[in-house]
Amino acid sequence: MAEVAYVSASRVFAGNPPVRAVDQLELDVADGEFLVLVGPSGSGKSTALRMLAGLEDVDEGAIKIGGKDVTNVPPKGRDIAMVFQSYALYPHMTVAENMGFALKLRGTPKQEIKDKVAEAAKMLDLTKYLDRKPKALSGGQRQRVAMGRAIVREPSVFLMDEPLSNLDAKLRVETRANIAALQQRLGTTTIYVTHDQVEAMTMGDRVAVLKDGLLQQCASPRELYDRPANAFVAGFIGSPAMNLKTVPLSAEGAQLDGLTVPLTRAALDKASSEGLKEVTFGVRPETLRLASGDEPGMELTVELVEELGADAYVYGSVRIGGQPERFIVRVDGRTPPAFGQNVKVAVRDTSEVHLFHPESGARLEV
Amino acid sequence: MSIETLQAPVVNIPVRHKRSRARSVGLHAALVLASLIAVFPVFWVLVTSFKPDGRAVAPTIRLFDESSLANYGDVLSGQQGDFLAWVANSVEIALLTTVIAVFLSATTGYAVSRFRFPGSRKLLLSFLVVQMFPFAVLIVPLFNVLLTLGLQGTSIGLVLVYCTTSVPFCTYMLKGYFDTIPADIDESGRVDGLSPFGVFWRLVLPLARPGLAVTAFYAFLTAWGEVAFASAFLSASDESKTLAVGLQVFVQQNRVEWGHLAAASILVAIPAVAVFYLVQRFLVAGLAAGAVKG
Repeated sequence: MAEVAYVSASRVFAGNPPVRAVDQLELDVADGEFLVLVGPSGSGKSTALRMLAGLEDVDEGAIKIGGKDVTNVPPKGRDIAMVFQSYALYPHMTVAENMGFALKLRGTPKQEIKDKVAEAAKMLDLTKYLDRKPKALSGGQRQRVAMGRAIVREPSVFLMDEPLSNLDAKLRVETRANIAALQQRLGTTTIYVTHDQVEAMTMGDRVAVLKDGLLQQCASPRELYDRPANAFVAGFIGSPAMNLKTVPLSAEGAQLDGLTVPLTRAALDKASSEGLKEVTFGVRPETLRLASGDEPGMELTVELVEELGADAYVYGSVRIGGQPERFIVRVDGRTPPAFGQNVKVAVRDTSEVHLFHPESGARLEV
Repeated sequence: MSIETLQAPVVNIPVRHKRSRARSVGLHAALVLASLIAVFPVFWVLVTSFKPDGRAVAPTIRLFDESSLANYGDVLSGQQGDFLAWVANSVEIALLTTVIAVFLSATTGYAVSRFRFPGSRKLLLSFLVVQMFPFAVLIVPLFNVLLTLGLQGTSIGLVLVYCTTSVPFCTYMLKGYFDTIPADIDESGRVDGLSPFGVFWRLVLPLARPGLAVTAFYAFLTAWGEVAFASAFLSASDESKTLAVGLQVFVQQNRVEWGHLAAASILVAIPAVAVFYLVQRFLVAGLAAGAVKG
């Protein structure tokens, strides 16, 4: 068990111009923490993980595991175990041999290997399959073997590179919970890469959001959801995505069509001190509601209704400054408006509105 | 509703479109004919190998005509040439070629498949270009090279010559095969504690067994049946010949000893068949897997 630190670590791929796949990453992961690296494809999250594994060079900066600088240490000297997206099981070895391979290389006595493999197999419900080859296993079982291979080694850090992306939806949810529970039980520092923000939110103690190789924000899931540091994080975290629109500002607040959303004094001051006439206005679908009667609200033409049972999401267009803008509103699943209907939409709680700089995207509130 | 109605009805799904009887007969007749045409020459060599020379090309064709094992006895006893020495030479040269070619092309193929290094593309291209030279053109320059190295007339020299043709081709085949093994497995091995060579030796080579079998088979055959290089680069003395070269003693200026030639040919073919038998279960998978991406 150990803490992990990225110290201004960068990975630059040769090219013209060179691509900074991971750019000056500063990240400290506490001992026993479950940290999720999340971002769209090409954000550098996998590269960051591979740098920690030693499979990718660190061109600038350093990487530390347990306080020790491992920047130039080969993978086998880092005391890490990795679960690959493709599982990367050894096809010519049985499940037991796969799981015990690393121990065998270390020269662990045979009986001890056998005991540890048996113990891990029991934990993962693989005991019946120990003599099988990987090709005779289902996707879920292979995934568990990959986990087992990592567990058996008792490494100081687990690295997981999208380990669930090859599973079907139901199994993924199940395995997600199992991995989180297992990590809690073992208490091993874990770095987990995913592009799925639901996985990130449900599994991580903290979540680091990356985009174009740059760390956008690293915080607890709650914090990330409630106080996104910039418009990118705001739009990336949460499903369906936050409504993010550029709207004009007035002395009272943000001007939406037929609706003025009052803003805090601090936010308005910040905006005016930067000379902003417009602002990127963010509101989550659940912060919007249908307005009743003659309440002020913005006119929304319903274009699509997604009924999920308990809730329904209404997709519709609102004219802002003459341009139609799409908004998503969460409504009660039992009485959704119909397609083509015009409804009025109001903000449920103005304190849950997010404001961002229209150009830099940085959060405006303090 | 009873339980039965819930079960899926049993339906006879035809596995494939059924052929009409006439078509089926026609198809099989054509296949049988093709097989006969392919097998007949070998069969006739076998039949001839039991006949005395005089009967081998007799005007009346018979399957058995004073047939005996005498030809085999003559060939093996070394009446016309030291047949057993030829076998030893051929085995030595073919096996050495196989071992060296497979080892070199496996390591080269792995490097080209996995690592990006300056000139890796050019290396592959040069391997391809080398394949395009006709063998006959190569004999004189190779002769000079062997002379300079002091290897002319030695079996090691001939092994090296065979490697110059086997290694490029085998490298191509194995590169294609290694490309089909996911690089994740290499990385997984490195995280598990293997050195780069350990990854190659303990993970990649075992997984590439079909590819290696095909390559070994190819390298063995090129060396085993080759005549032109062997007659040019080995010393002319009888006991240093290979089988393919040695067979020529049965073809003399004025007459051909058909019976002896056929018997010797059969003896030469046996090891090749044996090697084929050993690797055949890999061959189909190996050729397909290696060739597509090669």
